[in-house]
Amino acid sequence: MQTLTQPDTKNPTQNLKWQLACHVDDIPKDGGACVLVDGEQIAIFHFGRRGEWFATQNRCPHKQQMALSRGMTGSTGETCEPKVACPFHKKTFSLVTGECLSGDDYRIRTYPVKVKGDKVYVSISSQ
Amino acid sequence: MNYTARPVVVVVGNGMVGHRFCAKLKTSGLFRIVLFGEEVHPAYDRVHLSEFFNGKSAADLSLPMTGWFEDEEIVLYLGDPVREIDREQKLVHSYKGASIHYDILVLATGSSAFVPDISGIEKEGVFVYRTIEDLEKIRAYAPRVISGAVMGGGLLGLEAAKALLDLGIPQTHVVEFATRLMPRQIDSAGSHMLESSLKKLGLELHLNKSTLAIEGKDKVEALQFADETRLPVDMLVISAGIRPRDELARLAGLQVGTRGGIVVNDRLQTSDKNIYAIGECALFQGMIYGLVAPGYEMADVVVNNLSGGNKAFPGFDMSTKLKLIGQDVASFGDPFATEPDCRTIVFEDRHKGIYKRINISTDGKYLLGGVLIGDTTAYNILLQTVNNRLVLPPDPEDLILGSRGGASETAGVMGLPDEALICSCESVTKAAICQTVTEKDATSFEAMKKCTRAGTGCGGCVPLVKDLITATLKANGQYVRNVICEHFSHSRQELFDLVRLHNIRTYDDALAKWGKGDGCEVCKPVIASILASCWNEIIVKQATIQDSNDRYLANIQKGGSYSVVPRIPGGEITPDRLIVLGKVAKKYKLYTKITGGQRIDLFGAHVGDLPAIWEELIDAGFESGHAYGKALRTVKSCVGSTWCRFGLHDSVSFAIEIEHRYRGIRAPHKLKGGVSGCIRECAEAQSKDFGIIATEKGWNLYVCGNGGSKPQHAQLLAVDIDKATCVKYLDRFLMFYIRTADALTRTATWLNKMEGGMSYLKNVIVNDSLGMGETWEEEMQSLVDGYTCEWKEVVDNPELRKRFVHFVNAPRKKDPELDFDSLRSQVKAKEW
Repeated sequence: MQTLTQPDTKNPTQNLKWQLACHVDDIPKDGGACVLVDGEQIAIFHFGRRGEWFATQNRCPHKQQMALSRGMTGSTGETCEPKVACPFHKKTFSLVTGECLSGDDYRIRTYPVKVKGDKVYVSISSQ
Repeated sequence: MNYTARPVVVVVGNGMVGHRFCAKLKTSGLFRIVLFGEEVHPAYDRVHLSEFFNGKSAADLSLPMTGWFEDEEIVLYLGDPVREIDREQKLVHSYKGASIHYDILVLATGSSAFVPDISGIEKEGVFVYRTIEDLEKIRAYAPRVISGAVMGGGLLGLEAAKALLDLGIPQTHVVEFATRLMPRQIDSAGSHMLESSLKKLGLELHLNKSTLAIEGKDKVEALQFADETRLPVDMLVISAGIRPRDELARLAGLQVGTRGGIVVNDRLQTSDKNIYAIGECALFQGMIYGLVAPGYEMADVVVNNLSGGNKAFPGFDMSTKLKLIGQDVASFGDPFATEPDCRTIVFEDRHKGIYKRINISTDGKYLLGGVLIGDTTAYNILLQTVNNRLVLPPDPEDLILGSRGGASETAGVMGLPDEALICSCESVTKAAICQTVTEKDATSFEAMKKCTRAGTGCGGCVPLVKDLITATLKANGQYVRNVICEHFSHSRQELFDLVRLHNIRTYDDALAKWGKGDGCEVCKPVIASILASCWNEIIVKQATIQDSNDRYLANIQKGGSYSVVPRIPGGEITPDRLIVLGKVAKKYKLYTKITGGQRIDLFGAHVGDLPAIWEELIDAGFESGHAYGKALRTVKSCVGSTWCRFGLHDSVSFAIEIEHRYRGIRAPHKLKGGVSGCIRECAEAQSKDFGIIATEKGWNLYVCGNGGSKPQHAQLLAVDIDKATCVKYLDRFLMFYIRTADALTRTATWLNKMEGGMSYLKNVIVNDSLGMGETWEEEMQSLVDGYTCEWKEVVDNPELRKRFVHFVNAPRKKDPELDFDSLRSQVKAKEW
């Protein structure tokens, strides 16, 4: 028997391993860019107007393209859920849950991100 | 209910119907479900199987199973078919040795291709067209095939023929036993119209042919027909119908039909009341239903009854609409009813390949059925009219000719009864859609899809769903206008005027003043385009609001590389510049191709190489071609009077002048132009947004033409005008378009939606009826004067150049995933 979703039992804030991703001004305001962390392509998004940062996998699960970081950011709904649209076919994904908002059954991985001074850190490993 | 105490439903067959059954039954929460599938793939969408040859992968076609395996509600055995049913013990035994007890058994074993007993059928190069594996085999064999034949001219056969055409097989034949195509769906006049359209597409049709033998040593080499003719082919795809997979049922002693199929009653029960059969393996009232919608209906009936309901399968309407090789074909209700049982209205346009027939009751009140070839836009509403027994209007011919009295089509959709089934794949009624609009505020198709799943199956009902949303909004008294997205409740035209009036220069200012939230991928590029059209400031200064291609000033291609298109005005280029293009392409390993707009496209550039490539091109005198922008692309020209013995004027010089004038100007959509030196029209100017054709006395100006998916000829705006007048009218025309068109609307569509059409446009442009002529000319002149090459700005600006990297923390490293194949000694993007 196969289980598609794994319950996240770990405490989300403790024991995170933070890795330096880039500098604040490497990421365009209200846009994204791609960084290489531990051989993984990570898309980092800066919502300048809200002062928020998000990180996801760079690969769009629709056509397996390394492109999400080049997508347009925005928000949707009453809660202003932050999202990104893949530049290839405009599939949109929530930057909070990773859920595909275009009605497909895709999901992208999201990662914790924090800013200290002018440096941006992400935590991509699970321990 | 305690999970282990739930009754067990075993489902045999993981096709579309079996999958649908499980998905529906799971939501009841009353059963444990065990699903056996023969194929190793998860269930996939067979309806769109031919798209496999259009580049869709098996994964694209697979049906969703999100959440199926949580709480172990469904246990799945893939690649493990059931071998035997033990009805006494209520057990199924699988090939791999699983033995599972069932309380209820559901057979959804589907069908296999019917393979006729013809000598030589076992030869290499003979295939059936049924599963993804079949398609993979066909694809692997296709490259060595010169001449391929499909046996069977029915629905599936023509779909298979399309697949062969898509695979690039030079000669594709269709062999049909009957005297015409699709004899089960359409009438003979419709067949003949379809035949002539398909012949034009290069399909060879062989009708009234009974195949006696497949000849050849080991491989198929020819087909031998009963009339002693012979057709040499090196591949044969058999698509001569389906045969229900009833072998398991036979073995278990269930009642089956003489020509196959598991006999079921109107509850879909077999001769054993604990065993059901649904989909293409079930035989109901002597009929096998070979379409997916009736299979879904059967699944729904069984789920309903197992969950305590009491529903009967009523038989099913076999109406169908499909796109065959670029040819729309539909049949609905009873397409074959003939006089005197009915009255028939027929419309035929041999020139356009359109045939429409409707059969109406003798009292003229009801629609019984019909056939549509070449134009199926009325299919949904006609089908609804049949299924709901709607009373026909006094002039039923309007149904196929279009109303000539001005009544809108959306009035028609609101006339449907509440219980009208709009989406038959997902069983969504009109009432459900209207309620979802009103109560859940689902005012877009996307929102509707999420709430009701309407339109997520075959997609055939999408236009109808959209019409219903609009009509419901109107009926609720909500003002329907083309607001651009959830963040701005303005139309593009309103925003354009506001931006200009308030001197807004950035997206952030526009959002702060009139918008809400953080914007999105719809409103950002719309406002970016408006800002560029109004102020002509270099777009990369606000890079993140630009559409994907505008952000990197290049066109993103499969794999994530970019293509580079320098401007070659009028298609004129010197040998020296050609050499530069060749050198640059060689240096950066780019694939080169001549475009339809008389320029040269260089594909496969790494994002990090773009500034260096452009630096070399700009040094050689090139500039951006704006192939990535909603802006002027090219002004195509014929060689004109400088060389051509027929040429009246110098079309190349005029094309270059026009292209230089309007280059770089942002518009609601891309713009293309053409200039021809005489009436022979070698520049194909009448297929462009604006076209200029030389006459004895000057130039004729045409506007609002379009190539693309809906070709439309440009219409004549002015006759025998001189160059200066031509430019003046073009200035006015383009500014009028830029100011008033909705986002992503080409000039042709803009004109089609314009009240008063061409005569109104002519009045505005030529007679200056709005008094805007001078203003627009001035605005255009300021755009022309403000032009700079945006690539030059980037190349010269180190800060802007820095953005052209794949990894911001490793700027010199290229995307390691970007990889190329080779084809005809050039690079090619890897398939996705």
